[in-house]
Amino acid sequence: MTASSRPKIALVGNPNSGKSSLFNYLTGLNQKIGNFPGVTVEKKSGLTTLGDGSTAEIIDLPGIYSIYPRSLDERIVAEILLDHHAPTSPDKIVVIVDGTNLKRGFLLLTQIIDLGLPTILAMNMMDLAAKAGMSYDFVELSKKLGIPVVPINARNGIGLDELKKQLTKTIPLPQEPVFTIWKEAEAPVLAIRERLGVDNNYEAYQFLEQPQSLKFLSTPNQEVVQSIRKRFEFFPGKFQGAETIQRYSFIQDLLNAITLKVSDNTWKKNSSYIDRILLHRVGGYLIFFGILFLIFQAIFAWATVPMDFIDGFFADVSKYLAATLPRGVLSSLLAEGIIPGIGGIMIFVPQIAILFAFIAVLEETGYMARVVFLMDKIMRKFGLNGKSVVPLISGVACAIPAIMATRTIDNWKERTITILVTPLMSCSARLPVFTILIALIVPDQKAFGFFNLQGLALMGMYLLGFVAAILSAWVMKLLIRVKERSYLIMELPTYRIPKWSNVGYTILEKTKAFVLEAGKIIIAISVILWVLASYGPGDSIDRARELVLEENQNARLTEQGLEDRIAAFKLEHSYAGRIGKAIEPLIKPLGYDWKIGIALITSFAAREVFVGTMATIYSIGSVNEDDAATIKDRMRAEVNPVTGGPRFTPAVGFSLLVFYTFAMQCMSTLAVVYRETRGWKWPMIQLAYMTVLAYVSAFIVYQLLA
Amino acid sequence: MLAIGTAYIFALFKINLNKPMAHNVAEMRPGEVGIVAGFTDEHLSVKLMEMGCLPGSAIRFNFSAPFGDPVCISVSGYELSLRLEEAATISILN
Repeated sequence: MTASSRPKIALVGNPNSGKSSLFNYLTGLNQKIGNFPGVTVEKKSGLTTLGDGSTAEIIDLPGIYSIYPRSLDERIVAEILLDHHAPTSPDKIVVIVDGTNLKRGFLLLTQIIDLGLPTILAMNMMDLAAKAGMSYDFVELSKKLGIPVVPINARNGIGLDELKKQLTKTIPLPQEPVFTIWKEAEAPVLAIRERLGVDNNYEAYQFLEQPQSLKFLSTPNQEVVQSIRKRFEFFPGKFQGAETIQRYSFIQDLLNAITLKVSDNTWKKNSSYIDRILLHRVGGYLIFFGILFLIFQAIFAWATVPMDFIDGFFADVSKYLAATLPRGVLSSLLAEGIIPGIGGIMIFVPQIAILFAFIAVLEETGYMARVVFLMDKIMRKFGLNGKSVVPLISGVACAIPAIMATRTIDNWKERTITILVTPLMSCSARLPVFTILIALIVPDQKAFGFFNLQGLALMGMYLLGFVAAILSAWVMKLLIRVKERSYLIMELPTYRIPKWSNVGYTILEKTKAFVLEAGKIIIAISVILWVLASYGPGDSIDRARELVLEENQNARLTEQGLEDRIAAFKLEHSYAGRIGKAIEPLIKPLGYDWKIGIALITSFAAREVFVGTMATIYSIGSVNEDDAATIKDRMRAEVNPVTGGPRFTPAVGFSLLVFYTFAMQCMSTLAVVYRETRGWKWPMIQLAYMTVLAYVSAFIVYQLLA
Repeated sequence: MLAIGTAYIFALFKINLNKPMAHNVAEMRPGEVGIVAGFTDEHLSVKLMEMGCLPGSAIRFNFSAPFGDPVCISVSGYELSLRLEEAATISILN
């Protein structure tokens, strides 16, 4: 069966209705993340085998409460469901509702039914509903709605066989819509249907109601909709409240007809007991900071073992290739450009996997919503949102998944500010740079007997990044002016034991996204940098060996020492070296010379390349013999020709530390910001403000200390 | 004597004459229950109703966050968190 003839089945439901459990159960490891054509947002899909042995594509849409979108996530769903003529339009829809509380799920269900797509209702968590003493008449429900109804339990897969069987059948479309369109709207709806060939009244009504979700229409067609709206004086949003009330009154009648037994406990008890502890005015914050501490501990301490292994592995591969492949441009590109580039991505995988393991567990249990609840008031003072906490925490591992996590923030301004300041959080790529610089300029002593000074300095750098992020957000709050109102109407889900397979799938999904997103760009830049560092104007690169030998005629060099000097000579005379020398006047006020300039440029692929560049430029042989000590000793021995003192004085070191904390030296992040904000405006603003911040701060630090 | 007696009874039943009756959710105290009467903000009302906060349904103020904002309410069997300014748009009967 070809991909195009495969039926496409979309999963739609409220957040926390068990939609991802169902998706994971249906597709298993056959999941992939692609892009919806047209909308630049990722699409989660996978294959499943239906009851009759045929395969179908299952599409997991973000959780929504209604077809009227408020956040970016919700808009994606609206756009996909409204565009019936697109090849991506789903053939069938499974609406999943929380069986323990049907009202809200049914609101969405009736909207989907009215859109005129074949729909199946999956009633999830029927075990919990039964435990709470509820029972429903499914036959009556199916008859009243005119669609198949399947009770399921997505946590253990009960009822999925029946669901798969139903999906192979032709699903009848209900004759009567739930919602009757207002008299005033009938004429424009008819006009839309005639002009644009829309085959359903409610779909046409949505065209009128949602001017912002019609990106899939061609510009002339959008103008047609606009002119019809004008002609009939139709104001989007005018009837939304009345529509919701009409639907709820239908739902109330429906529930009265199908409910055999109602549950007797009106207020949920369990969650409130846990909340009394987790949301305590003092204890709540202590627990939250305790969890944060545990996460950081895990990222920095536990991840080092697999990271060292990955680092060593790629170094070995690189060395092996360099030794075995015949000398030439291609093998050099492979051994010095591509393999280290891939290694530079893979090394972050353990940290990202651990971070998302924690975040997934916190989200699965329902605690994350409480963190938002705890932090909202504080974050709002700085122009952020309670929901900005997750991106900011994720930013400590890597800004790329962190920026993708901002999609849940409904308010445009708060989301943009969160995206802009997240890269100031010190990500793991800065850690190697911090480590070596701190080792160089901060004495390895203990203050007050037990605080290690170097450790304190490192913590200070992370704090500095966080404070800079918060203060920049506050400044942006004053600068960005929009009318859009900010709100936080959010569900506090019932606490649950996490489903571990869901946690596993989240880790897999996020890590994959990072490797692919960052990977493309880091490899491309690694290749470009390799070219810049291996070639240069004139013939000095080709004659490097000759010239170095000439220079060192009197020195008695070992074979290794000679090779090292040649490597350094080549780098100095390469394009990268030229650029470093060209920008020297610019970075001199910060205390840097052209050698540091080269490192700043190469850092654009990933910041940690700084260490490797330092190693090459101070000619201590290949990076792979990496004793940090040798790089450190070399850097310490480097003499500033002007002063005659050491090159890396505390002033230069702190200036560099501050520069690396604030500077936007990550192309992958810029690319993700471009994608998430759909344009170059915000990534350029971000690049500009972070560069200025880095330059000015480094300048002040250097001038004060020098 | 009468004044002390009255004060004692007021304290016993937690009656506070200085505090007016709650007219909207933002004015409610933890544990207080009311009936949703309507909304004062049309734009927010749709979102609130979609989340299960319906006119005529019972609403309970559970607790507020440590700095008094946002607040947690229960309505139609759902627990929602709202900012105070959003809670103030829900009028109640009690």
